[in-house]
Amino acid sequence: MPFAPESFPQDTAQGLVTAAGPAPLVVVQGLCKQFPGGAAPALQGIDATVFAGRMTGLVGPDGAGKTTLLRLMVGLMHGNAGSVTVAGHNAATQAEAIHEVTGYMPQKFGLYEDLTVLENLTLYADLRHVVGKARQERFQQLLHFTDLERFQKRLAGKLSGGMKQKLGLACALLGNPRLLLLDEPSVGVDPISRRELWGMVRELLDGGMGVVWSTAYLDEAEKCDTVILLNQGVKLYDGPPKSLLQSVAGRVFQARGVQEHDRRRVLTHLLQQESVMDGVIQGRYVRVTLREGATTPPLEHGEWVAAAPCFEDAFINALGGGPGGRSRLAESMEVKPVTDQAVIKAQDLTKCFGNFVAVKDNTFRIARGEIFGLLGPNGAGKSTTFKMMCGLLQPTHGKAFVMGLDLKTATSAARSRIGYMAQKFSLYGQLNVLQNLKFFSGLYGLGGRLQKERIDLMVSIFDLHAYLGMNAGVLPLGFKQRLALACSVMHHPDVLFLDEPTSGVDPITRREFWTHINGMVEKGVTVMVTTHFMDEAEYCDRIGFIYRGENIATGSPDDLKAMARTAAMPEPTLEDAFITLVERSDAAREGAA
Amino acid sequence: MRRLWALIRKESLQIVRDPSAILIAFILPIILLFIFGYGVNLDTNRVRVGLVLEEYTAQTNALAATLRGSKFLAVTQGHDRREMQAALTSGALRGFLVVPKGFTAQTAAGGSAAIQVIADGSEPNIASFVQNYAKAVTALWLAQQTMGGNDATPQTGAGNLHQLLAQPPNSTATIQAKSRFWYNPELKSRNFLLPGSIAIVMTLIGTLLTALVVAREWERGTMEALMATPVTITQLLLGKLIPYFFLALSSMAVCFLAAVFWYDVPFRGSFLALLAVTSVFLLAALGQGLLISSLAKDQFLAAQVALISAFLPAFMLSGFIFEISAMPTPIRTLTFAFAARYFVSALQTLFLVGNVWPLLLSCMGAMGGIALVFFLITARKSVKRLDA
Repeated sequence: MPFAPESFPQDTAQGLVTAAGPAPLVVVQGLCKQFPGGAAPALQGIDATVFAGRMTGLVGPDGAGKTTLLRLMVGLMHGNAGSVTVAGHNAATQAEAIHEVTGYMPQKFGLYEDLTVLENLTLYADLRHVVGKARQERFQQLLHFTDLERFQKRLAGKLSGGMKQKLGLACALLGNPRLLLLDEPSVGVDPISRRELWGMVRELLDGGMGVVWSTAYLDEAEKCDTVILLNQGVKLYDGPPKSLLQSVAGRVFQARGVQEHDRRRVLTHLLQQESVMDGVIQGRYVRVTLREGATTPPLEHGEWVAAAPCFEDAFINALGGGPGGRSRLAESMEVKPVTDQAVIKAQDLTKCFGNFVAVKDNTFRIARGEIFGLLGPNGAGKSTTFKMMCGLLQPTHGKAFVMGLDLKTATSAARSRIGYMAQKFSLYGQLNVLQNLKFFSGLYGLGGRLQKERIDLMVSIFDLHAYLGMNAGVLPLGFKQRLALACSVMHHPDVLFLDEPTSGVDPITRREFWTHINGMVEKGVTVMVTTHFMDEAEYCDRIGFIYRGENIATGSPDDLKAMARTAAMPEPTLEDAFITLVERSDAAREGAA
Repeated sequence: MRRLWALIRKESLQIVRDPSAILIAFILPIILLFIFGYGVNLDTNRVRVGLVLEEYTAQTNALAATLRGSKFLAVTQGHDRREMQAALTSGALRGFLVVPKGFTAQTAAGGSAAIQVIADGSEPNIASFVQNYAKAVTALWLAQQTMGGNDATPQTGAGNLHQLLAQPPNSTATIQAKSRFWYNPELKSRNFLLPGSIAIVMTLIGTLLTALVVAREWERGTMEALMATPVTITQLLLGKLIPYFFLALSSMAVCFLAAVFWYDVPFRGSFLALLAVTSVFLLAALGQGLLISSLAKDQFLAAQVALISAFLPAFMLSGFIFEISAMPTPIRTLTFAFAARYFVSALQTLFLVGNVWPLLLSCMGAMGGIALVFFLITARKSVKRLDA
């Protein structure tokens, strides 16, 4: 049922549309924000406008200033210069008036986990003075709208990520706000819930509400009516996403017909060409963005086909292009011995925590020089599988092998062949960059001259000179990620485990990261990676879709897309494929029940 | 009003559902009372001492019997001082007495007769107990000897021993101190430890728990969501204050019942006075908790600050275990800044003495002052902002 627009008070619609177009709901002028002790300003001279009845995407990597800007809009922070006006109220001096007309969903949704769905709603209804009959009607409406009617008595902490997100939205909508601010509502939520939420919020726009949706997913940005693109506190672009895509129109091409085993080498080669600004692997294709005025370089095999530009191409263009294709890291490594054996092998891997089955009968084999990806929403069992493969968790039953070594019995022998990059780049925040390098190389058994050589090499490859004395905890995110990668590969491991390795970092750093990974894979390193970035999964040779602890499908990105191909959807994306396969799995489960 | 009520109801539901709140408010007090009720005992009874008799005569046997008869000493008798030395070194004995060879002869001859008292000086407190008990028991024995009019023990001999003990002759006969202990006639340390430990529990709930639950709201992002609603900062603060005030009062009730009915601690004051004193103390403790939480926005830091600024002072500087008058002046002056000091003294008074209003009122005044300071700073520090 569409969200009833008549539930919005009449006055919210006043003056929405004038001859000049929709009225601005939020006006940001010359806004600067500097945190005490922060190195760079969080926001620098931002001008932006948010209109009623439109979806405004606030887009950028972690540390871009998205959350700060939202908090400034809702009056929870004050800028050092410039101004924010929301519905005619100054955010610095009239925050109370703004709180009356604004719904704000912070990261983590702002829910009380030990209260039930209904109790959470009641709390926010009381705080927003939604009472009596109006409240009953509103609850009915919102519970129906969010499909939470069945779960009214359930504790919020026991809801799935997607349901929490919907409840958070319902709580933010209680006062019939004119402006809805959503801070990264889709982080860590499965693609199906993301789509549902997106659909719901779109319906709200019809009632005249203005929505700001902050996100690090660039594919979401493309679907907004208008976007504000931030990077390191600076606004790179403001306007409809289509116009930004115009900046790279006619410059994006796919190389088709490249031999499957040759993609990485081709990409590396192409990225070193003068004419190529940026490039990625997309399943069995190689996709490049050319520099302005350049023509496609010659291909040994296959042909060039023009492709539709996407937001990420445009973002990289706005940042001045990708990092090139050479990986000095990979060049410094020797070729790993060729073997027919599976380098990583999982047999009926199962992990139970009490009654909860986190991973169920997961079986897969990964060959030398292969990138294997685990893809799935938070809580699906990716990280648990992962930790069992590196010997950090003992499986309840089933076996895990690395280089033929059983992780149950030969953990330390197996671990010396493994490089592990944990989620959030677990570095020692209180140690400086050099100390982290020394510590991790020592941990992996490097010493003496070899250790010194390798550390020097890492410092030079990853440009860490300027940061050597800085504590890892205060490094910029991109450098944290580089340092974490350096720490995990200094001992030249045969197998590399990467747990959400590029979460939150900007696209340039991500490109650089994958250049190194691709280079190492060419040398025979085997990589296992978890990710929730669909476009990143395209780099993988094979992917396992993980959903509710089960591996619901395994195959190359193209195989998986083929599984989801229908007449209605001839060119499914990896996300489409995931959603289709999850729905099939749910249908099968219900059929069995 | 509706908003405040909504916040209070939310907080109460959280308390009921959160095992850690219940743990701190009801289980921890029971454990603390158990420890202070049974485990900690500041009374010294039955000090283990050794006795070496190097000769056996009627007199030395009588002395040994007197020693053994003392309810403060547990006597191990031996023949050789070397074995006593070994026992002292190993910690089996706290001290020993030696009655040397020739003791009887010397007393009989009217010469100076000496007994040797050796105590374990590594625990000075116990050592002085040993010394004093030994003195007291010897004096008792002397008195018995004197009154018995034993021919074998001429007055002069006794006099020599008297001199040895630095007491004037015949003093036992002329001056007799009859001591009576008011308010706690049996001198049970439990009787003043338990009221004091209630102050510790109230500090834990008022300051530690309050600081933790506010920090938790910051960590989970719920504080940010609340601040973006039309709720005022006063409502937010009261919404925390009121539920924890009542939680602490119910914990107080549990402690009170356990102390009075289980541990038989007397309660000589009135309930009204207890309620008044507790309420004022809680204002100070909660005020401190709210102040900490407005400065420390993660649970770990909040816990550290609360432990160091509230719990440890309540333990060490409140006079609950360590006597304030025995502290050096700078530290003694410092104790005046902690509400727990006044609360401990008020509670001990209420339990053991009764409604001594001048003392209770001055304690309440001091605690009220401290509470006021905390609330003023908190009110200044708390704004509906994340960057202030």
